[in-house]
Amino acid sequence: MSVNASPSRRVNPVPGAGIGREARASWAFVERNFYLVRRYWHLELAFLVFNVTSAMSVLYIGEAQMQRDAAGAIAAEQRLDLVLYLGIGTVVWAYLRAVFGNVGEMVAWERWEGTIEYTMMAPVSRLTHMLGVSLFSIIYGLARSALLLGVLALFFSVDLSRANLGGAALVLLAGSLSFIGFGIMAATLPLLFPERGEEMTFVISSLLLVVSGVYYPVSVLPDWMEPLATVSPATYVLEGMRATILDGAATLAIGPYLLPILVLGVVTLPLGLAVFGWAERYAKRTGKLKRSG
Amino acid sequence: MVVQELERQHTSRLVVPAPAPIGQPAVVVDGISKRFVSKPLAPWKEPTVVTANADVSFSVARNEIFGILGANGSGKSTLIRMISTLLIPDEGRIEVFGLDVRRDEAEVKKLINRVSVEASFFKKLSPLENLGYALRLYGRTGADVRGETVATLERLGIERSKMDKPLEELSRGMQQKVAIARAFLTSPVLLLLDEPTTGLDPRSKHEVQRFVRELRDEHDATILLCTHDMAEAEELCERMAVLHKGRLVALDTVPGLKARAGAEMGVAEPTLEAVFIHLTGRSLDDEDDEGEAA
Repeated sequence: MSVNASPSRRVNPVPGAGIGREARASWAFVERNFYLVRRYWHLELAFLVFNVTSAMSVLYIGEAQMQRDAAGAIAAEQRLDLVLYLGIGTVVWAYLRAVFGNVGEMVAWERWEGTIEYTMMAPVSRLTHMLGVSLFSIIYGLARSALLLGVLALFFSVDLSRANLGGAALVLLAGSLSFIGFGIMAATLPLLFPERGEEMTFVISSLLLVVSGVYYPVSVLPDWMEPLATVSPATYVLEGMRATILDGAATLAIGPYLLPILVLGVVTLPLGLAVFGWAERYAKRTGKLKRSG
Repeated sequence: MVVQELERQHTSRLVVPAPAPIGQPAVVVDGISKRFVSKPLAPWKEPTVVTANADVSFSVARNEIFGILGANGSGKSTLIRMISTLLIPDEGRIEVFGLDVRRDEAEVKKLINRVSVEASFFKKLSPLENLGYALRLYGRTGADVRGETVATLERLGIERSKMDKPLEELSRGMQQKVAIARAFLTSPVLLLLDEPTTGLDPRSKHEVQRFVRELRDEHDATILLCTHDMAEAEELCERMAVLHKGRLVALDTVPGLKARAGAEMGVAEPTLEAVFIHLTGRSLDDEDDEGEAA
């Protein structure tokens, strides 16, 4: 059936069509989130202070260990640059957590604001919606991590002379894809469980933190936990980042890290969209879209 | 079951077949039912079932202002949510300008907008920021849009100095006016209004009502208005459906409803409130004990 059934009194649908309109709609989510960050600047500042102090505590553990190694009999070339090792873990995790958190909490946040129904009713595809939220999460994650890195550089001197920073950036951006996929899947939890879904997203990120080798090599995990590390994209991102920054691995040599990252991204992104679509229909059938907890 | 069947027979005799809309109707609601099931954690306990809408049917003509009158919990908001694609009906079908709300959801969304009793905004963002976001979602961008937004807000009585303040610092009435402006600026061909003037002072109510008429007259919009404000319903609506416990118990023009109920009551010119009490057996201030949980 056509909306233009009566030519003399044509119905005026939403103007524009195609990629341009979808891109503008996607940008609406980016712009809106920038405005929200600006208005909630005091919360952002508090989280940044928390991130910086937590990271400093971890890095000072590394500093202490390195001083002990230096006083001992371990030769300088055999010593691991523990501060840099932990620093990579801290900054990369801050980035991936920001990406995952922004995407994963999009439903919970809008539920809290009371705008979820309005957003779900808007004439934009869910893909456009997710692209906008994801793009913002990447920009936000990079900005937060750069700030964290900048502050840490004031307190710790690290040797980046061998680092392949271009390769590291490639690994980080590729890793974002699968974290967005995981985030979209996590975002369904507040749709399915309005009262406790948000807390469940924290459980997912905590589990990823434990199994992915953020502060330690995966090899120290108990045997039964190690297979979990293989399905976490953070494992490969961290290994790839350490290979490029600590060991100076060339970009052409980071394939073994990029391949699983990209495979996980290709699997988790469409899977996340499919799961979200199913959860949205479930929420619309059961009336859970409206409930605010 | 027998009691329910008797009640159905009693109420159905009050439903006047509405005149068929000329041309394609704007909205067709055909045999819509919606129940909410709440399952307790303990598997041995019975689930709670709330019937929000039961076998509701009506159609709205293009360019009509159609009212849905009902007490709190009568199923009005559930019905509006189903038309606006936010809820999936258990039974029946809904069409908006010939498009099925389930099958053609994306197309239907381009034609509608909704103003609910809650203003639904980002509280820390200003009216201009909130409207800028909403307008982008509806494909409205460009240099002229901001000027039009400011002009619309000014016409609704919102001062320029308040347009950049966080919305949470504005009164509820002001917030509701911003919601009306949002709907107005997106030029929907079907506007769903769910108690849009609740909590507004008389002057603001009048301004909102003027905007609703303007939207209909200048933008060729069809308006579906849920309310329990009798004066507003009488002032705006050409036809009106009365919902009681999720069922449609009457549908006619306001004079038609008054004439029929007046004849049954033996009163020459009953008020709309008296008509409502006659049709439902309760006043609008009472809450329906069945119906939606909202």
